[in-house]
Amino acid sequence: MSSAGEAGHLSRDDVVHVAQLARLALTDEEIQLFGAQLSTVLDHAADVAALDLSHLTPTAHPIPVENVLRPDEVRPSLDRAEVLAAAPSVESDRFRVPRIGGEAP
Amino acid sequence: MSAAGEIAAAVRSGERSARQVTEEALAEVAGRDGEIHAFLLVLADDALARADAIDQAVAAGHNPGPLAGVPVALKDNLCTRGIPTTCGSKILEGWRPPYDATVVELLRRAGAIVIGKTNLDEFAMGSSTENSAFGPTRNPHCTSRVPGGSSGGSAAAVAAGFTSLGLGSDTGGSIRQPAALCGVVGMKPTYGRVSRYGLVAFASSLDQIGPFANTVADAALLFDVLAQNDPLDSTSLAMPSPATVSSVDEGVEGVRVGVCPDLIEGCAPDVAARVYEAAEALAAHGAKVEEVKVPEFAYGLSAYYIIAPAEASSNLARYDGVRYGLRVDAEDVATMNTATRTAGFGAEVKRRIMLGTYALSAGYYDAYYAQAQRVRTMVMQAFDRAYMSVDVLLGATAPTTAFALGDKVNDPMAMYMNDVCTIPSNLAGHPAISVPFGTGDDGLPVGVQVLAPALQEALLFRVARAVEAAAPPGVSR
Repeated sequence: MSSAGEAGHLSRDDVVHVAQLARLALTDEEIQLFGAQLSTVLDHAADVAALDLSHLTPTAHPIPVENVLRPDEVRPSLDRAEVLAAAPSVESDRFRVPRIGGEAP
Repeated sequence: MSAAGEIAAAVRSGERSARQVTEEALAEVAGRDGEIHAFLLVLADDALARADAIDQAVAAGHNPGPLAGVPVALKDNLCTRGIPTTCGSKILEGWRPPYDATVVELLRRAGAIVIGKTNLDEFAMGSSTENSAFGPTRNPHCTSRVPGGSSGGSAAAVAAGFTSLGLGSDTGGSIRQPAALCGVVGMKPTYGRVSRYGLVAFASSLDQIGPFANTVADAALLFDVLAQNDPLDSTSLAMPSPATVSSVDEGVEGVRVGVCPDLIEGCAPDVAARVYEAAEALAAHGAKVEEVKVPEFAYGLSAYYIIAPAEASSNLARYDGVRYGLRVDAEDVATMNTATRTAGFGAEVKRRIMLGTYALSAGYYDAYYAQAQRVRTMVMQAFDRAYMSVDVLLGATAPTTAFALGDKVNDPMAMYMNDVCTIPSNLAGHPAISVPFGTGDDGLPVGVQVLAPALQEALLFRVARAVEAAAPPGVSR
């Protein structure tokens, strides 16, 4: 991967790696197109990368976020049948998925 | 379509029936939405049943609420129980949420009638509504042009006269920019004023639900209904929101208005001219108008297009083909996840997920994401400094009037530039509003933007009302 210092220009390997992290499969054409388009956006961000802002604290959220608690009371939750009705595959009131990793089926 | 306040008063008094109002709205939609495509789903039966319930309540002597019988268009990233909610994406096609968004419940309690679910850029990512998996929406004033986005469907529904009110969500300008391009009022509240429970998440630290209307007073009326604390959203503000609709006509005598060249000079000359005319009009009505430079705003766009995709890449990880939405079967889970996301997401959503994933990945986090968050701090401090000398800021909403379909959809950076004037308020969590103010050289609507400090919605609406009162004629409907 290129270093972040050389702003922008994503290599083909960068694009393929990021797509894998994001669980996306790209065609060769998309790898080329997205690589160029994302490089343009990152080039634009180069003006920001060049600023010395080491004196500033990063802001993750516009308002102070505090943990909100409620009384520990039993309340109805979402209707199970309604929730499971939206699932692509269900078995015995559970979400059914294909085999995980290298496990035997 | 009549103003919301007038409809509600007439329905409450029994002068008009909610059924009649609803039938008129549905007839308008049936007549012209084939051309506009504001709606992804029209809820005719639900709306009429709801209207009859309102009429029965009135007949029984009950008050059905401040929005009695008022037709509303709902952006299709707001969850409606048992009713399809697509976010403009194939990955959620056919999904029926098991709960209502809090704003949907608040609308119901206020007596409003939801006419349908409106089109949007997929997962609210875009500025033209061309990124919808279900086809674009067209600008009602000129159907070869875009309505703006991402809440283009709700903006177009109000502009076309299908409904009096609309709801959208605004992450980087997605209410205000389409409002400007469609010639309607669109407002983003202070972050935390309106519950996000049931709003499908795009960028959680920036997203906020807000109103569309034909008039500032109607937008304030709807805002007052929506601005309630909600235990279901941990970022919902605990303090009550003072009523805004009662003070919209109080004028701008003595209000200090900062005309911000950093939100004007990059815009087309016809748009810039309208903003300066609005400033002159406010001065003529007693406002103290001065120029206030905020050069830090120039860095907002770059910071936003790191922060929003970073949050989106995390939020959209939930679309994995397991619990709801599309699944493309494969022999193991990881392959199924990838096949599902590859088939279900459109190009712009993939781009943003990739951009965000990259910005958060090892070795790049500090250079991009942490740096963008520091810019966010810088923009917030710049706002604070500006608001030491003025009460509100004035600028353009969008750099141009509505552009042609197809013009920018293949050039992401050109599309992103649409948000340059609206992004600062999202980064800071501040309220802002777009008000129609005349037209550009092409005869299409121009929006003037008013920005206010956090929690100052009442002042924001007052200034917006004064801008509206001074506005030259817009586009005739």
